[in-house]
Amino acid sequence: MLILSSLLLFILTTHSEALTPAAARDEFQEELVIRPLHSGDIYASFQFRTLWDTDFLQEGQKVSHYRLFPKSLGQVLSKFSVRELHISFTQGFWRTMQWGQPFIPSPPGAELWVWFHDTVSDVDGNWKELTNVLSGIFCASLNFIDLTNTVQPSASFKPLGLGNATDHRFLRYATLPREIVCTENLTPWKKLLPCGSKAGLAVLMKSEKLFHSSFHSQAVHIRPICQDEQCSSKAWELRQTLNVVFDLHTSGQGKKEWSLFKMFSRTLTEACPLASSSKVYVDITDNPELFELSPATPLLGQAVVLGDRRTYSVYDLSRAETFGQLRSFNLLLRDMLRPLLHAERYVAGFGLQTGEIHTVIYNNHPYRAFPVLLMDSVPWYLQLYIHTLTVTSKSRDNKPSYIHYQPAKDRHRPHLLEMLIQLPPHSMTEVTVQFERALLKWTEYTPDPNHGFYVGSSVVSALVPSMVAMRTNFTQDQPLFSSFVPVKEESSYFVRVYTEPLLVNLPTPDFSMPYNVICLTCTVVAVGYGSFYNLLTRTFQVDEPSPPLSKRLANLIRRMRGVPLLT
Amino acid sequence: MGLLSDPNRRKALTGLLTRLNTPICIVCYLAGIVWFMGLAFEPFTLRTYMSENAMGSTMVEERFSSGERALSLAKEFDAHKRKAGGMPVEWLVKAMQSRGLEVFTQSFSRKLPFPDENKERYMVRGTNVYGILRAPRAPRTEALVITAPCSPGNTNNQAVALLLALAQYFRNQIYWAKDIIFLVNEHDLIGTQAWLEGYHHTNITGMEYSPLQGRAGSIQAALSLELSSDVITSLDLVLEGLNGQLPNLDLANLFYAFCQKLGVLCTIQGKLQRNDWDTAEGYTHAAQTMMLMVLKQACGRSWGDHGLFLRYHIEAASVRGINSFRHYKTDATTIGRLLEGMVRKLNNLLERLHQSYFFYLLPSLSRFVSIGYYMPAFGLLAVILLLRALDLWVHLGAPALAAVDGVTEAEQPSSPGVLTVLTPVVISHLTGVALYLLPVHLQEMAVEHFPVSETEAVVLTAIAIYTAGLALPHNTQRLLSGEGTEQGWKVLKLTALLYLAVLLGCTALINFSLGFILAVTLVPITASITPHIALYAVVMVLLSPAFTILYCVFIYQELIEAPVSVSEGWMLFLSVISQGILDHALYGSLVYPLLALFIYPCWLMFWNILFWN
Repeated sequence: MLILSSLLLFILTTHSEALTPAAARDEFQEELVIRPLHSGDIYASFQFRTLWDTDFLQEGQKVSHYRLFPKSLGQVLSKFSVRELHISFTQGFWRTMQWGQPFIPSPPGAELWVWFHDTVSDVDGNWKELTNVLSGIFCASLNFIDLTNTVQPSASFKPLGLGNATDHRFLRYATLPREIVCTENLTPWKKLLPCGSKAGLAVLMKSEKLFHSSFHSQAVHIRPICQDEQCSSKAWELRQTLNVVFDLHTSGQGKKEWSLFKMFSRTLTEACPLASSSKVYVDITDNPELFELSPATPLLGQAVVLGDRRTYSVYDLSRAETFGQLRSFNLLLRDMLRPLLHAERYVAGFGLQTGEIHTVIYNNHPYRAFPVLLMDSVPWYLQLYIHTLTVTSKSRDNKPSYIHYQPAKDRHRPHLLEMLIQLPPHSMTEVTVQFERALLKWTEYTPDPNHGFYVGSSVVSALVPSMVAMRTNFTQDQPLFSSFVPVKEESSYFVRVYTEPLLVNLPTPDFSMPYNVICLTCTVVAVGYGSFYNLLTRTFQVDEPSPPLSKRLANLIRRMRGVPLLT
Repeated sequence: MGLLSDPNRRKALTGLLTRLNTPICIVCYLAGIVWFMGLAFEPFTLRTYMSENAMGSTMVEERFSSGERALSLAKEFDAHKRKAGGMPVEWLVKAMQSRGLEVFTQSFSRKLPFPDENKERYMVRGTNVYGILRAPRAPRTEALVITAPCSPGNTNNQAVALLLALAQYFRNQIYWAKDIIFLVNEHDLIGTQAWLEGYHHTNITGMEYSPLQGRAGSIQAALSLELSSDVITSLDLVLEGLNGQLPNLDLANLFYAFCQKLGVLCTIQGKLQRNDWDTAEGYTHAAQTMMLMVLKQACGRSWGDHGLFLRYHIEAASVRGINSFRHYKTDATTIGRLLEGMVRKLNNLLERLHQSYFFYLLPSLSRFVSIGYYMPAFGLLAVILLLRALDLWVHLGAPALAAVDGVTEAEQPSSPGVLTVLTPVVISHLTGVALYLLPVHLQEMAVEHFPVSETEAVVLTAIAIYTAGLALPHNTQRLLSGEGTEQGWKVLKLTALLYLAVLLGCTALINFSLGFILAVTLVPITASITPHIALYAVVMVLLSPAFTILYCVFIYQELIEAPVSVSEGWMLFLSVISQGILDHALYGSLVYPLLALFIYPCWLMFWNILFWN
């Protein structure tokens, strides 16, 4: 039986290949970048890219033959007419001040943003269904995304792939800052890879170690890109990224040594057989002479990433001689380079009535000013007083050149605030806005109301002036980590910085005492209201005192006898 | 309410209340006092229990072992402190950085309204150093704070060192879910106030400080640590915070649970727990402990660094090591383990501490009196004021009763002009405003004309204005045309009684102890006052708010087993007044304005009645 079925499969596949001679070309690349950070931590970034020269959205043609591209995602793309999809799950907060910029940034919790095709008529309906489907695919609580936490940013989130759509009616953006990421999200994510976690770099992803770290982030980005430099036809790109920061202080007993085995408790044995390229990059830019990498590699690569030219040792896993184990890696600390753009946020004030959100954006460039786009999405239950919005840099008023504000509707949609702010060189810009905390209905509180309510990260997007010339030409053999965001000009590069989410306490009734509350309310209503109502509406009149019983009896007898009554 | 809408029954009820008014009032007063004293009797109190599930069932294992290292670190810190002649900021920054924390500093300065003679400071400049331990995979939304004040002299070195040792140990653990902030503050409460205001970006007391560079989200709980010797015999828990605020009772329970687990002697108000509740000594001990708590809470000041956190809805307590040279010794490792255990349990919290009581009195660490049990004691006292007011109301409303003498002057005097009542009210309050404003503002003038220091000038001005207020009634009467009438003082007394009832009621809701102490002294004399009895005047003065403070000073000294002579007591009284004014200016304590602007004028209104004719 088994033989028969496999034979059948063989026949079917050969048959289909024979029918469509121009079969869609697809390709898979995998890559791991290891970068020792200034703080002494180790940053490991995995990127897997699947390219497929096909079009899901073409009318009348149903894509049904999948090879490397995961079918579950492909079907979702065509069913909901998705043009671009970005989803990330992050546990922890990227410490920009200690670690510098990540290759692909993401906010704590879950983030999802989708550009729909402009033929979609019911975007909200598609969005609702899509989040539910993705929630199933990634085993995450994405089904909690609804209209109350979805916004349509007008400027901050432009499509990263082909096409220059600007109509933000087809964009949906939502974050779930409270989402907790764990192995149950990692497993379905790994299953999307062509080799799964059986071979290639994915072997290293042992969840026990990945979640024993300072930062964990996994993401899926799908977008249409050009097939070649002429851009004559469209290809679909699926990028799966996983970023981890290992804390050597906790695990390494103070030594600055690392090895793949120590970090992942696995070693690499082979490349994924389906991959066209499989590489490991080790960043050796800082003090290369003090490095000792074992085994050594003759290959050195250079890449310009995030405005910085960096040197890497490259290990090509598709060559047989590479296999060995990276170990014994000594490194000296270097003075920390302050990241050029950095932002943080906090809630000021005390008490449960009002508060103030402060967003502080730092421009650490010594002499260049540059504009940033700040996007804030605040839930409706923090009622923003937008007239109190102030932007100050260097203790002077800094008027934003563009403001897009969409006020919230209670229980329907959140506040959306987008601003274009010019940051003076070497400055700190502070954006403040006051808010009032709403009193929710008792059914609207979460099961743990005294924990507080989350406000998602605000997003700062900017074109930051680069210290070195960026490469604008598009080549296939660029390392994956340096090719995610298309570079349009040589002198600057695109950076997105997420601030920390906020935890805000709302006025919370004491739910542990419903009995007391009910008793008190009933008593107040019954005694207070009832009697006052009684006093106010009753008409008083002088009442003749009724005669005593003996007199009444006597009168009764007198009436029967016909004698005059007593008074 | 049927009772009140029926005129006959209403008449009967009011008749009963007016006829038996004095006996009922006396019974209420005695019952209130007895009820309050009964609160310390063990069978009447409840045993404390952990309400918060997240802290109750999850057991933690304490592994901290570097107590010895902490003590050697204390010596190093001491040496650097001497060399720097204050807080060794650079050393602390390096020490924290080398332990893997993100370190930030905050400088602050504050000019006191007048020199603080107890602590010998006027212009205060200082620096706070704090390091943040970032929890792995946490989004910087929640934090815990451990603070140790860097005090002048030899004190608290061990606390700072233990803080650093704990930081080093905590940094290597993986289980943290909340960021932990290690704060070393200079100039004790002023430093804490500057840090808290900087963290929350508020300015309520006119402090000057540099903005904070690093934050870690909303702070869930804080512990303050004070240790001054290598070996301690017991740990004291301090709960009373600013304006009599208390942290959630679960924090006290947590401390008690870990003391039991690790076998550390623990005290509250410096008093050990006794098990012989059925003997007279046992009861007295519990009553003393409770009285101490009531006195400390009533004075409305923060009794440790923790007290300032409470304003920001951060549950906080101070743990104070005491070396009383008993035989029982506890080393630094055990204290470290105790703190480790407490912080780990707080780390396990999902929600803020909210399950247990916020309003309570503690006769011992294992017993508590909740608000439901102690409020009736106050209620019994407060109802006296209402009963007297009702009595007066009935008398005023029934001229027939007043005209029993046969003279028909019923109608005319029953409507005393609004002015008769309003004038004393306004003048009393103006005196109160003067008492609140003048002492601090007139200090320069006073120093110029009298040979006193600024502090003395402020306190003596306050006392002078207070005493001058006693002369007011005569002047008030001169302002009004004609003699005061019988009806006049009754209306004034009715107003004053209701005013006092509202004042005390509101005070007791916020700070039970203060409300109760004021009620105990003010209620009997205000309830029974009538014009022109010389004896009343003496009693009235002896039960005035200022004398209440003086008595509290003596009782407090007696309770902490450090009795003082009359002259020492007088000096303490003066310093208590200056501290009260300073606490108001520095931290926003509300007891001084409450006494000056409300309680004292209210008392003056009664004083007016005394000199009515």
